[in-house]
Amino acid sequence: MTTELIVAGFGGQGVLLFGKFLALSGLKEGKEVVWIPSYGPEMRGGTCNCTVVVSEDPIGSPIIDSPNTVVVMNKPSLAKFGPRVSPDGLLLINSSLIDTTSDRTDIRIETVPANDIALELGNGKAANMVALGAYVALTKVVKFDTILDVVKENFAKKKEFLDLNIRAVKKGYELAS
Amino acid sequence: MAKVLMKGNEALAEGAIRAGCKLFFGYPITPQSEIPEYLSRRLPEVGGCYLQAESEVAASNMLYGAAGVGERVFTSSSSPGISLMAEGLSYIAGAQLPVVVLNMVRGGPGLGGILPAQSDYLQATKGLGHGDFRLLVLAPSTVQEAADLIVDAFDLADKYRNPVMILGDGMLGQMMEPVEFKDRPKSKDLPPKTWAATGLVPGKKKSIINSLYLDPLELEANSWELKAKYDAMARDELRWEQFNCEGEYDVLIVAYGSMARICKTTIELLKKRGVSVGLFRPITVFPYPYKQLSDAAQKAKMVFCVEMSTGQMLDDVKIALEGSRPIHFYGRTGGIVPSPEEVLRQVERIRNGEEVDKVWER
Repeated sequence: MTTELIVAGFGGQGVLLFGKFLALSGLKEGKEVVWIPSYGPEMRGGTCNCTVVVSEDPIGSPIIDSPNTVVVMNKPSLAKFGPRVSPDGLLLINSSLIDTTSDRTDIRIETVPANDIALELGNGKAANMVALGAYVALTKVVKFDTILDVVKENFAKKKEFLDLNIRAVKKGYELAS
Repeated sequence: MAKVLMKGNEALAEGAIRAGCKLFFGYPITPQSEIPEYLSRRLPEVGGCYLQAESEVAASNMLYGAAGVGERVFTSSSSPGISLMAEGLSYIAGAQLPVVVLNMVRGGPGLGGILPAQSDYLQATKGLGHGDFRLLVLAPSTVQEAADLIVDAFDLADKYRNPVMILGDGMLGQMMEPVEFKDRPKSKDLPPKTWAATGLVPGKKKSIINSLYLDPLELEANSWELKAKYDAMARDELRWEQFNCEGEYDVLIVAYGSMARICKTTIELLKKRGVSVGLFRPITVFPYPYKQLSDAAQKAKMVFCVEMSTGQMLDDVKIALEGSRPIHFYGRTGGIVPSPEEVLRQVERIRNGEEVDKVWER
């Protein structure tokens, strides 16, 4: 079983951290993982994405034309990466910032109002963690407890954000379960 | 030690420290700046020195000096920076000093771009600087392999008193993978550095670090001494990997570094279609495993060289095969990384007797 993910949004939405937490969770569960960012020249507020592969087997290419899962956090990312989801794959749309959807019928399309939920929890910046929780619920690529541990470990030194991020990832997971 | 998730750049930097390197001289450049960043924090922790030079030219001469007193020294840069270091590295090779230099290749020529490329292969393996010298060049394909090879690189540099290069690309530097740092015993069979210029010791012969030989016979002797080292490397240090080469295959792909791991996925995709293709991946690109490649190619009808360049390792593939098999080439460059599916479409074409599709001409 191999899960490929492209998570995309604009700079500052935390899509690289989303991908890193997924990769760390896969590693924690003893799986093979690879994480690669788009690192081209970008302006502030420009687009940003990363690719993550989580697999039981050794991973060859980190470059994926048609990933079996895609998470889009803003509208330009939907236009760019929606068409690239592999048939029968999953497209998760942040419906807080994207008022359209994909017209594809050969894939599973899910939505999560990530920014709205994060705002309700106290800080819109936790939208990436809401989406991550939802993504884990939908794909079951790693266990929820694993991703929770990774969030706790990585925010251990930033205690003021720890509680918010735990609640965000939990809420996203509950909504999509 | 447990596996940790690290960028290729960080893993290489940590690997250098594990190899006992205490001195880094360099200058930041994308896509390898995580290396100086990491070492600027870590080296002082282990009693070492990180020094950001005023330029790559200066850094390479600092390497020269520090290597001359027998220290393990390291520098890291990317394509345009390596060109600037070429003069210093020629002096270092001429003076027969061990240093480790890393090139996280980006697109060129000139300032080029900042995205991954393999367009410095010929520079690395055939002609980094003036004079009859070569570097021993290692080309890792994964973050784990990079972390392992850099430790070997320091041993090999000491063993041969010659610069050793790690040849990567932006993708290897930027990607994160699990990596485990193995505790390896220090290599015991390395020669003592009796040549180091560490001050006058009564009874000891004077140590002079020098690459100037005005007597042509002396200079020629030095050049043949270097050549003997390169011959010894070709005899003792060849490394390569064969993937899916156990059974029968029509096509043998030849690729190195990041491109090789992408081709592995191509091969897995082809397997699902019932097509068997082999991969030959040189790990040492100087010295080059010519005979091993030739042997692997004899089972195939044709050889397919894939690179992130317009065709540089292709020369070595031609030398290895001596015309014994048809060779096809596919290359993307400028920072474009071919996907596994893109390579697959080309394999299907050449298997059908067609030429590769030159998509860059559209």
